[in-house]
This record gives sequence, structure tokens and C-alpha cells, in this order.
Amino acid sequence: MTSETLAAAAPAAPAGPHEFLHAQARWRWSEIAFWLATLLPFVLTPDYLVLASQVAITALFALSLDLILGFSGIVSLGHAAYFGVGAYTAGLISVWGWGEPLTGLVAAGIAAGIVGYVTSFVIARFRHLALIMITLGFCLLLQEAANDANWLTGGFNGLQGVHTWKLLGAFDWDLYGYTAYAYALAGLFVIFLVARRIIHSPFGLALRGIRENGARMPAIGAPILSHIRTIYTIAAIIAGVAGAMLTQTTETVSLEALGFQRSADVLVMLIVGGTGRLYGGLIGAAVYMVARDQFSGLNPQYWYFWIGLLLIAIVMFLPNGILGGLELLARRLKVRP
Amino acid sequence: MLPALGVLFDGVAYGMLLFLMSVGLSVTLGMMNFVNLAHCSFAMLGGYVTVTLMNAAGWPFLATLPAAFVGGAVASIALERVFFRRFYNSNELNQCLLTIGIVFVSIAAAAYLYGTDQQPMQLPPYLRGSFNVAGVDLAVYRLFLIVVAALITVVLMVTLESTRFGAQVRAAVNNQRMARGLGIDVDRLFAFTFALGGGLAGLGGGLALPMLGLDPSFALTYLIYVLIVVAVGGLGSIAGSLAAAMLLGVADMAGKYYVPALGSVLIYLVMLVMIMWRPTGLFGRR
Amino acid sequence: MQKLLCGLAGVALAFLGAGSASAQNSVKIGMINEYSGQFADTGAQIDHGVTLWMKQHGDTVAGKKIELVRKDTGGIAPDTAKRLAQEAIVRDHADILGAFSLTPNALAAADVSKQAKKLMVVMNAATSIITEKSPYIARTSSTTPQLNYTLGQWAAKNGIKTVYTMVSDYGPGIDAETWFQKGFKDNGGQVLGSVRFPVANPDFSSFIQAAKDKNPDAIYIWIPGGAQPAAVGKALAERGVDTKKTKILGQDALASETALKSMGDTSLGIITVSDYDFNHQSPMNKEFVKAYNNEFHRNPDFFSIGGYDGAHLIYAALQKTAGKADGDSLIAAAKGMSWESPRGPIMIDPETRDIVQTVYIRRVEKVGSDLLNVEIASVPNVKDPAHGAKK
Repeated sequence: MTSETLAAAAPAAPAGPHEFLHAQARWRWSEIAFWLATLLPFVLTPDYLVLASQVAITALFALSLDLILGFSGIVSLGHAAYFGVGAYTAGLISVWGWGEPLTGLVAAGIAAGIVGYVTSFVIARFRHLALIMITLGFCLLLQEAANDANWLTGGFNGLQGVHTWKLLGAFDWDLYGYTAYAYALAGLFVIFLVARRIIHSPFGLALRGIRENGARMPAIGAPILSHIRTIYTIAAIIAGVAGAMLTQTTETVSLEALGFQRSADVLVMLIVGGTGRLYGGLIGAAVYMVARDQFSGLNPQYWYFWIGLLLIAIVMFLPNGILGGLELLARRLKVRP
Repeated sequence: MLPALGVLFDGVAYGMLLFLMSVGLSVTLGMMNFVNLAHCSFAMLGGYVTVTLMNAAGWPFLATLPAAFVGGAVASIALERVFFRRFYNSNELNQCLLTIGIVFVSIAAAAYLYGTDQQPMQLPPYLRGSFNVAGVDLAVYRLFLIVVAALITVVLMVTLESTRFGAQVRAAVNNQRMARGLGIDVDRLFAFTFALGGGLAGLGGGLALPMLGLDPSFALTYLIYVLIVVAVGGLGSIAGSLAAAMLLGVADMAGKYYVPALGSVLIYLVMLVMIMWRPTGLFGRR
Repeated sequence: MQKLLCGLAGVALAFLGAGSASAQNSVKIGMINEYSGQFADTGAQIDHGVTLWMKQHGDTVAGKKIELVRKDTGGIAPDTAKRLAQEAIVRDHADILGAFSLTPNALAAADVSKQAKKLMVVMNAATSIITEKSPYIARTSSTTPQLNYTLGQWAAKNGIKTVYTMVSDYGPGIDAETWFQKGFKDNGGQVLGSVRFPVANPDFSSFIQAAKDKNPDAIYIWIPGGAQPAAVGKALAERGVDTKKTKILGQDALASETALKSMGDTSLGIITVSDYDFNHQSPMNKEFVKAYNNEFHRNPDFFSIGGYDGAHLIYAALQKTAGKADGDSLIAAAKGMSWESPRGPIMIDPETRDIVQTVYIRRVEKVGSDLLNVEIASVPNVKDPAHGAKK
């Protein structure tokens, strides 16, 4: 055996980390198809645009949870806290006289980001059940505080007097929801691009390392705590923006925006779609909300039953969520000669 | 001073109830790391068994309690054999999704069978009212609750410490792989423990009827409190669940009497402080 | 492989929706209601009230067929309620919005009613400001101030000098506390102390004890329905509160049928205020209760009557407009409408579009072997004081 044959027989040298990231970040045709499909409701199902706008907002919220859960391994049962902070910020600014939507989003993002940043100092130090309970506890406390501060939040009745000005000074918020869906979809797309960039960067890779083996990371020089704090703050900002969008498009905000129910729902949606895959939250939100709407329409009293069955079925047949199942399918199809 | 004793007594009774509903989850979570969010569905089932037997079949309250236990145990075993055992090695998120799906189905089933209204029930006359001890009114029912729960705790502790089964449970909680290696049939042990935990939850549900009421949303409403008890007490620890449940029960009652404006906030604050101080729980594995 | 395809097919199936064709000569009522979750029982009672009226009076009015489009909000979910209201109008072509058991949901949907100019009939939600949010809203249930101010007033005028109030710490409870205390103090009463307890509070002993310590003539308790009335009864018994010495005052939910069943004899003597009870002694009500029982095998309650009278209003308004179902015509027809309902005489105030009715004070007494709410006083023509006669 000569050295040449050995060299020829050896596998090609693995690509460097930048090449790897570059390859991952290329746009696949399936992604392009997905985004084109999101434009379909405008043409195919204009009666469902309000639902579509709420799906887009929830998808954004689920995306923010994916950044911390799917990519960094931080299981949070209280992510709605940031959604709620964003929602109330946008609502309050409007009540106090400034109803411009885009600046409202910025303000909401900043407010949620600040709360996220402060809490991240505590969150970063815990794992497993302790982390779950702390996030849950914080969310529950915030909900109680919001109920108590009903002079500020409107309490049980919700905040009254929210009025969103025309979008870009020109577009009215119509009853059908054209403006609402366009707004939510655009917001989702732009922030998605940002999230995608983050994930396909060295920082994103480090996060995945933390998720897989947090103990090992410091050995290669990755500052875990600061990375976790950063991604948690970013996720909080995004959740806040989603909350603000909901307030602005529905001109109402109430305690449900930061409740346990909302935190639990988004977690379920993310798991249904498939964690750690960027699109999982979007698909999960779409499937869960549309299924809930349809089941609820068909069987208003017992739709819980059908949703429960759907969840059990998804867990039993699609163990990594819908996207996981699709990936498996794609792989099996490729393997066939 | 006197009202404080009354508050303490009420807190201990509430704590005992929480303990019964949570101990099963703590042990199964600690032993198999299986996240069973449907645990309170067993409690709810126990409650409905009690109500049905009392209202439709005229059974006396005390006789329905063992039936509630059996109901919870049977349901647990059934679900464990059919669904849960496929997911022991799955990741926690899948377990969450599966058990949440089961909770939803159970809530819909309860709503379909019993309607969504509160289930009315009347305690037998000898369990109503209160006695006056040294100037404090102590409710008869709460005393009954404390006695029953204390008895069960003693039985559990004795089983855990002095029987072979108990030793096996402790071994499996401590180090599952090692226990298997020593020839302990962990799967069967788990099925048994699961049944016991589900049975206790069912019993707790039956006992909770006069204090917490019963409607289909019970399975989700009390899940949060049960999770708090389990997290604060430490996974896999009976003593931990007891201590945490007492702490939370008393804190809740004391908060409501002395500082009603705080409301439910006190339980959450206590939980946050406890978990931040001891992340693996009071008596959890380090 | 097969498992995967099954799974994906299942998910795809979940997308099948039912479209709805719009008939030409029909008037659709979008029932934005709670059909699932915690409030499903009240939602069901409201729905029953509406369907009973429709059964008794046929489903055609002024040549138009009346159809119900049921939408489930699942509970307190203002964004969902608003969306469902929008969808009812846009997708299902509903002309009228109805039901609305919960205030936050009603407030959110009010915007839709205003924007789309559709009649909205509130059949349960009890907060005063709801009718102010859209000029197309009419209410057929009751308002918290209307009931509680009257109770406070009655209590002060009937020998109760001091009271201790305890309410659930959220919107309706705080509303009730404000207006009860106002009614009581306006008529010379003195409030010794008050407390607000957490909403989902399962245990009242500590609160009742604190109230007892102050030794008031009466204890006013406001709680939503559900598990709480029974828990209150238990706490009263445990703490040895003698309802003949210390009167217990409250609103209807404290003495609902289920509550009385759970409390048993400990509920004797509890005084509550309401706009309706199935025990109301009038021939019209006896007929109504009989028909309700025949159809649904249970007694009607104040939720049912809100639905029943809501349907009555819709039918009467449509008759008056000869079938024109746009918001402006219908609300103009509804203003000032009055009729005799199983609860007594009621009217839709032409200025505020809110309900004006007789308010009853009842006491729990044993009639034969049943525990019933027996009327001991009534105040006719009570307007909502928050935006009505008494300011």
C-alpha cells in the first residue's frame, strides 16, 4: 500500500467551521416555497386573514421561544411574561396618546428586552426542573402584579382606550384583516431573517454547544453565562414585539397576554412543530391554531378532546414534531434508489 | 396568638392535601424521570369516583375513599402500560406533549360525562362543623384530613424504610442503572410505584372535594400547585414532598389571613426563594 | 414509514374546514360564547335560553330565517373574542352578535360591533361601561352596580347598621364592592372593614374569621360561581357564624342552585340580590320553568333568562323593522322596548340601551324539603346607577 493510495482512500478533509455555517445558511427551495405560501391567504382565504394575522404573531412568539428552548436548551414555562410586557407597553403608549404602530413595536421590544435582561441573570444560573419552576414562578408573579395594578393595566377588564394609528400613515385597520396580516407577516419575516442570521453565526453554534453539553463549553473558551443572557434578552425582545403586534392589531390587551395559559400553549406549539429547526415554531403555531379554530367551529363544547388526540397522535407518530417527521420522510425518500 | 394556631392548623390540613396529591408525582419523576403532567387527572378521576358513588349510588363518604384510590391506581396502570412506557427514554418535551394531550382528553371526557358545573356534595354530619379547643375553632374535616394523611405518611415511610419493596424503590430512585444491574426489575417496580402514586392522587382528589371543589378544569388548576410542591420538595423524596407541602400550605393560609392583599403571590414568592436557595429541592438528589 | 405518513396525513386532515354558505333570506346571530372551559356551564345556560325562545316562537321572523352561528371563546380571551366576532361578520355574514358572558370579551368585541355597525346583544356580562363602547349594544341581563347598589340601599334601610365586605380581587368583585358600599353608605350605613381575596381562592376560613372578629351586623360576600359558594358555606359553618345574628349578604351566584345543594342547611338565612330566580312566583315564570325543564332537564337561572330575553329582543326588533337587519335600524327599534319577561317587567333604556328591571332581594329558606330563594323585597324600575338615574 503506497502513501498515494492511502491518501486517495482517506476521506476528504472536513470543511472548516465557516464553510459549515455558510452551507447551513444557504436558502433551500423548501424555505422559499414556505414564504411564498404565506402569501396565499390574501388570495385564497381572505375570510381567514384575522386568524392568519394571529397565527403570524403567535409564530413570531414561538420563534422567540425556539431561540432559547430549541437552540440553547433553556426550558421556559413563563415566556409569556415578555410577550405580556411588550403587549402592555404598546397598549399603554397608545392609551397615553401615541398610537403609531412601528415606534410602538420598538418601545415594546425595549421594555421586554430590559425585563428579559434583568431576569436573565437569574435564569442563566439554573437548569432542569429548577429553571422551569423559576420561569413559571416569575410569569405567575407578573400576572398577579398586573392584576393588582389594575389602575395601570385595566386588570380583569383589560386595557381600554387602545387605538392604533394608521400603518405608515396610510393603511387603515380594516375589518377583514388585510392590513393586520400584512403587518404581522412583514414583522415575522424581518425578525425571522435576523434570527436566522443569529443561528447561522458562530454565536449560534456556541448556543447549540451549550444545549448539547453545557459542562464542556467553558473548556473551549465559550462564556456560557453571558451567551445565555444574550440569547435570552434577544428572545425577550422578540416576544415583546410579538405581544405589541397583538395589542396593536386587536386594539385590546388583557391579563391573558402574560398568563400561564399562553406560555403553555406556545410551548406545546413549538414541540408540535419541532424544536431547534427555526421553522418548527412557525409550523407548530399554524397547525395548532388552525386545528383549534376548526375543531372549535365543528364541536364547540368538546374540541379539547380532539386537540388532545391530535397531540397524542403527533407525539406517537412524529417524535420530533412535524418538521422532524418531514425530515425523516425526506431522508427516507432520498435513500430509495 | 390564638388565631395564629388556627391558621397553622388550617395550613397543615391544606398542606396534607397537597402532599397526597403530589407525592406520587415526586416519586415517579425522581425514579424514572418521566414528566407526567397528567398526574392531576388521576386526582380529578378520584374526585369524580367519589362524587358518583355518593350521589348516584348512595355510598357513604368514607367508603368512597378506597374506591377513589383504586380508580386512580387502575387509570395509572392502564395509561402506563398503553402509552407511558414507550416514552421512558424519550426526551422530556415529548413526555410533556403526550401527557398534556392526555390531560386535554380527560378534561373533555369529564365535561362530557358530568357537565362543566361544580359537583355538589355534602359531607356526612359527623364530619361537619368544628370543635373549640382552647379558644380556637378547629374544623372537624380538617382534623380528619390531617389524621388520614398522617396515617398514610407513616405507612409510606415504614414501607420505604423497612420493606424490601421500599429498599428497591430507594435504590431505583438513587441510581436506576445500578439497580437494574443488581437484578431489580425496575420496569415492574415502576409500574407498581406509578399505580401507588396514581392511587394516592385519586384519594387526594376525593378528599379534596369539600375543600377545593370539583369541575373538569381541576386537572389543570391544581397541576401548578403540585409541580410547586414537587420542585420545592425535591424529586423522588417523600419527606421532601411532605415538608414542601406543609411549608406551602401554611404560607398560603398565613398570607391570606395576615396579608390578604398579597393573595396567591405568597406561594409563588416562597417557591421562587426556595428553588433559588435549593435548586434540587429540600431533599432532592444533589 | 407508514407511521410517518399516517402522522402527516393526520395533520393534513386537521386542516379540513367547514365552509358556510350564506342563505339569502336569513338573519344570522353570531353567538360569541363560552362553550368549553371553566365558563362552559354559564355559556350553555345562555345558549339554552336562546334556543328555548326560538323553539317556542319558531325560527322565522318577518320573513327571515334566524340561524345561530356558535363560536367558542374558551374563556377569558379578548383577542379571540374580537377575532371570532370579526369572523362571524366577515366569514359567516352574521347580522347580529350575541351572548357575551364575560366582560373582557364583550369589551373587545364592542369595537367590531361599532366598526361593522351591527347590533350586539349582551346577554350576561355585567360591567356598566360595556354599553358605552358601541352605539349598537343593548343589554338584556343585569349590571353589577344595578344589583349591588340596590342591595346596599336595602340593607341600610332594613336594620343593618354595620357591615364588613369581602370580595374577589378582580374587576367584577371590585365593582360590586364599590357599588354595594356606596348604596349602603348613601343610606346611613357604616362599613367596618373590607378585604379582597385572590380570585381562585379555595378556602375562606381565615377571611371569615377576620370578618367575625370585627362583629358586624352583616357580612357582604361577593364571589363568582363555581367552587367558591360551597367553600364559603363550609367556612361559615366551621367558624360558627350564626346567620340569624350576623346576616350574610351577597349576589346571585352565592345562592345558585348548585351552591345551595353543596352548602345544605348552612345556607339558610343567606340574603342575596338578583334579577331572576326560578322560584319567582309568577304564572309566566312557572310556564317558563316547566318548558325549560322539559327541554333541558334542569332549572333555568339568571344566565338562561339573559339568553331568553336576548332572543326576545332580537325577534321583537326584527319585527319592528320588518326584517331589516342592519345595526342602525335594529338598535333604533330596540331603544325603549319593554315587555313582560318571566323575571318581571323589563325595558331597554332608550338613552343608555342598558336594561331597566325589577331587582329582587331574596332569602334562603326551606320550602318543604328544598332550599329555595324566597323573595322578601323588590325594587322596580332600577336603572344602572353608573350611567343611569342615580349618579
